[in-house]
Amino acid sequence: MNVKKWFHHHEHDNVQEGAITPIHYTNPYLIGLLLGFVLLATFVIMGRGMGASGVLSTVVAVTVEKVSPASVEGNNFYMGYLGDGESNPLKNWLMFEVIGIVIGGFISGAIAGRNKLVIEKGPRITNKKRLLFAFIGGSLMGFGAKMARGCTSGQGLTGGALLSVGGWAFMIAVFAGAYAFAYFVRRQWT
Amino acid sequence: MTSPFFKFGYFNDEVSLIVAFILGLAFGFLFERGGFGSGRMLAAQFYFTDMRVFKVMFTAITTAMIGLFYLSWIGFLDLSLVYFGETFLLPQVIGGLILGIGFVVGGYCPGTSSVAIATGKIDAIVYAFGGLFGIFVFGEAFPYITEFFYSTPMGQITLPELFGIDHGIILLAVIFLAIAGFTAADWGEKFMASKKEGK
Repeated sequence: MNVKKWFHHHEHDNVQEGAITPIHYTNPYLIGLLLGFVLLATFVIMGRGMGASGVLSTVVAVTVEKVSPASVEGNNFYMGYLGDGESNPLKNWLMFEVIGIVIGGFISGAIAGRNKLVIEKGPRITNKKRLLFAFIGGSLMGFGAKMARGCTSGQGLTGGALLSVGGWAFMIAVFAGAYAFAYFVRRQWT
Repeated sequence: MTSPFFKFGYFNDEVSLIVAFILGLAFGFLFERGGFGSGRMLAAQFYFTDMRVFKVMFTAITTAMIGLFYLSWIGFLDLSLVYFGETFLLPQVIGGLILGIGFVVGGYCPGTSSVAIATGKIDAIVYAFGGLFGIFVFGEAFPYITEFFYSTPMGQITLPELFGIDHGIILLAVIFLAIAGFTAADWGEKFMASKKEGK
């Protein structure tokens, strides 16, 4: 299976092969400031913060229930994402928020000319290996986020701004884990 | 006190979904502008080659934190009505370490992967499927790790409450920490740039 060949037309893409070119990326502190204001607006309007990994959990819980209803019974983790049985569990606040995130990201990318099919990686790794790493990393993220009761959005941004003890402990652990392991996957990125 | 608006019943559940969508649009737009749609940009912070993501994230946290404190202080926002999860220290630290390793191996976290998928990153799609698989594994393992999942409970607790220090002092400490972090980030970037040139 020659995965690289499928995406052959992106071989000379500078995002993939060369230096990271932050064309049209705005000043990080300005973006951070605006992001902080949107997060603040979320607290003021909704009385809650933002999140992301909860959507994936709902998708998993709904799928497992469809395939094997018996295995969901008595499993408090799945049940927590299936609601009261009255309404569709997929119709929830986080789901609508994440749909907004996807469309908002697409709009920004379209304006900046950054929307294109590409495999993001450093120059020293094959596409096939990169995709394998992406799957393994995603699996670790999924497991870790559920263990921690949230991800970089729910625990990090939201819990961090609210000075939650768990949020800060989580965030410090995320950076500790990432920096400690970065050396072992350096060939993927640098 | 007039906010949080939703908690005071200014609009219903159906409207809250529209609000969620609009706020999501803003988050997604700014995430993409911040460079969160690129796995290389996200990973660069772990090698000190480009600290952009780190700067965006901590500026956002600090800004929202100061805003919350101010709006609560002038009596506009009832902070006790703003929801955040309870702390279970040990599982959250272990979960954070695992997620951190997943971050540098996979290149994304859940929120950033949705922006990356929106802008066409194929590896982000694979990453999201990995995420579903990881959550499935957690769900199946849940009956066996329930005890650990609920260990070291501390309740809904904030840093000022934990240390018994005034909210404002913690605020100043976090601001100081952020500035120190940004300075260190700039220094790291310069160091890596000079190292690269020296090669």
